[in-house]
Amino acid sequence: MTATDRLPGPGQGSGSESAGAATDAGAATDAGAGPGLGLGADSRPGRRTATRAPAPVGSVRAARASRRRRRAMALLYVLPALLPYTLFAVLPALHTAYLSLFDWDGVTLPSFVGLDNYRRIGADPQLRAAAWHAGALIVFFSLLPICVGLVAAAIVSRRSGRRGTVLVRTVLFLPQVIPLVAVAIIWRWVYADDGTLNQGLRAVGLGRLADSWLGSFTWALPAVGLIGSWVVSGLCMVLFLSGTQRIDQEIYEAARMDGAGPVREFRSITVPLLRPEIAVALSITVIAALSSFDLIYMTTGGGPGTSTVVPGILVYRLAFGGGAVGLASALAVVLTAVIAVVVLVINRLAREKS
Amino acid sequence: MTARPLSSRIAAPAVIVLFLAIVLVPFLSLLLAALQPAGTPLTGLALPRGIHLENFAHAWSAAGFGVLLRSSAVIAVSVVPAAVLCATLAGYALATMDVPGRGKVYGYLLLGLSIPTEGTVIALYYDMRAVGLTNTVPGLALAEIGAFMPFGVFWMRAHFAAMPRSLIEAARLDGASSWTTLWRVLMPSSRPAVVTLGVLYFVWSWNQFLLPLILIQDPDRRTAPAGLGFFTGQYGVDVPLLAAATLIVIAPVVLVYLFFQRHFINGVLSGALKG
Repeated sequence: MTATDRLPGPGQGSGSESAGAATDAGAATDAGAGPGLGLGADSRPGRRTATRAPAPVGSVRAARASRRRRRAMALLYVLPALLPYTLFAVLPALHTAYLSLFDWDGVTLPSFVGLDNYRRIGADPQLRAAAWHAGALIVFFSLLPICVGLVAAAIVSRRSGRRGTVLVRTVLFLPQVIPLVAVAIIWRWVYADDGTLNQGLRAVGLGRLADSWLGSFTWALPAVGLIGSWVVSGLCMVLFLSGTQRIDQEIYEAARMDGAGPVREFRSITVPLLRPEIAVALSITVIAALSSFDLIYMTTGGGPGTSTVVPGILVYRLAFGGGAVGLASALAVVLTAVIAVVVLVINRLAREKS
Repeated sequence: MTARPLSSRIAAPAVIVLFLAIVLVPFLSLLLAALQPAGTPLTGLALPRGIHLENFAHAWSAAGFGVLLRSSAVIAVSVVPAAVLCATLAGYALATMDVPGRGKVYGYLLLGLSIPTEGTVIALYYDMRAVGLTNTVPGLALAEIGAFMPFGVFWMRAHFAAMPRSLIEAARLDGASSWTTLWRVLMPSSRPAVVTLGVLYFVWSWNQFLLPLILIQDPDRRTAPAGLGFFTGQYGVDVPLLAAATLIVIAPVVLVYLFFQRHFINGVLSGALKG
C-alpha cells in the first residue's frame, strides 16, 4: 500500500477542514434543508462552494448543513471501533505508563518514584539478561527463518510446474494457526528426555549427544529459539514464494544468458526484488520474537535459572507474582516502545527502497 | 525445456519434502503419543500398541476440556461478530465518507498495531477488577475486541477503498443513504474480505493466552489454551493424556483453518503486504 492510498491527499484534507470551520459558524439554522443536495456537494464540498461563488446564499448554507450532518454521521460509523479500542487498548496502555512512575505492590498505597523504575531496568542484571535473550530470539525468530525461507523459495521457484502448491502452503502454514501453548506442548515432547529428538539422535548413533534440552543452561535458549523458527519458517517461505511469482521470468532468463549461476541469480535478482516481502517478514517475526511470552511461559518458564527469561515473562512475574507492579509497567512500556520503533523503522526502510 | 542436471531437478521437491517433514514430524509424535495407553512410559515416535481413544474421553470429561472448549467458544462467538461489524463500519466510513480528521483518526487506530498485549494487560487487570469485569465473559471479550480493532479497520478500509467509486456514487445518485449503500450495494460483494477477517479474528481469539490467563482467574471460566497451560503444570508427566488434551484444544482452530485455508493464508499474506 502506498502513502497516497492510505492518507487523504493533502489538498483534500486541508480543504475540508477549512470548510468545516466555516460551517460551524453559520449553518445550524438551515439544518433541516439537507438531503436533497445529494451527490453534487459530496466528495469535495469545500472546493465546490468556493468555485461556485454566484450560487444563492441559501443553497450554500443548505450544502454546509447537509455536509455537517454527513460528517456527524460518518463519525457515528467510526465510533463502534474507536470506543472499544480507546477504552481497552489505548487507555490501558496509558494507564500502564502512569503506573510505571510508582512503586506499587498492587495492594497497599502506591508511592510516586518518578523515573526510578526505568533506571532500575538498566541496572538489574535479570532485566538486562531479558533484553539480551530477546535479541537472541530475534536471530532465531527472524534472521534464521528469513534466510532459510529465501533459499528455499529460490530453489522451489526455479521449478516451473507448481504441483501441489495448495497442499504445501496449507501444511507450511499450520504452525501459524495453532495456539502457541499447543506448539509449546508439542515441542516439550520433542525435546523431552525420552522425546523424539533424543530418539532420533540415538537412532543415528549420536546417543551421547542426547540431552534434556529445555532443562540445560546451554541449550534451553537455542532450543526455545528453534521452536520460534519452526513456527515462522513456513510463513516466510510461502510469503517469499508468492513474491517470486511476481518477478518476471525474463529477468532470470536474461541473467542465465549472461552466464549467471544460481548463486549469482539469488544474490542479484531474487533477494533485491523480494525486498517488500522481506520487510513484511521482518516486522511479523521481530514482533513475534519480542512478545514471545506464551512460548517461553509454557516451555521453560524462563529457566533454568534465568537462562531463557524474556521481557514478557518478567512483566508477568513482577506484576502478578512479584508485587512490583510499577517496575513491571516500566518494562511493559519499554517493550511497547521498542516494538513501535522497530515497526516504524522497518516500514520506513521498506517504503524508501520500493 | 533444457535438460538440467539431476541435482537441480530434484532440489525443489527435496526442499519441499524436507520442509513438510519438519512441520509434520512434531505433530505426528504428538498424535502417536495421544494414542498410547495412559500412563505408560513413552519414547519419541513409536507406533502405539493398539489405538487407545480413552485418552480423549478422559481429557474431555474428567480433565474438563469439554467445559474449557465451551468457554472458548462463548468468547469467540461474542468477539468475532462484534469485532467484524465494528471494523466493517469504521473501515467503510474511513474509506468512503467525509470523517472529520480522517487521516488522524486512521493514524490513531493504526498505532494500535504496535501495542503488544504485555503493554496493556497490567492496567487492564486492575481497571477491569475495579469495575467488576475480571472473571467475566464481557470483560475478556471487550479486551479482545479493543485489541483486534486496528487490524480489522485497516483491513476493511483497504477493502472498501479498492472498490470502484462509481458503485458508491451510482447508489447515492439513486438516493440511497450511506447505510443502504453499505448493506445493499457494497456488502454483497464483500464476502471474501469479511470472511477472511472473521477467520483471522476467530483464530486470534481462540489462541489468545495472556489475556485469559490474567483476566480470568476462575478455573471454571478459563478458555481452552489457558486451561491447557494450567493442566500442563498439574499433569505434566502423563504424556498421552496431555497430548490428547492438546489435540482437543487445537481441533476447532485447525478445522476452521482447513475449511478456510485460502482465506486465512491470503489474509495473513496480503494483510501484511498492504501494511
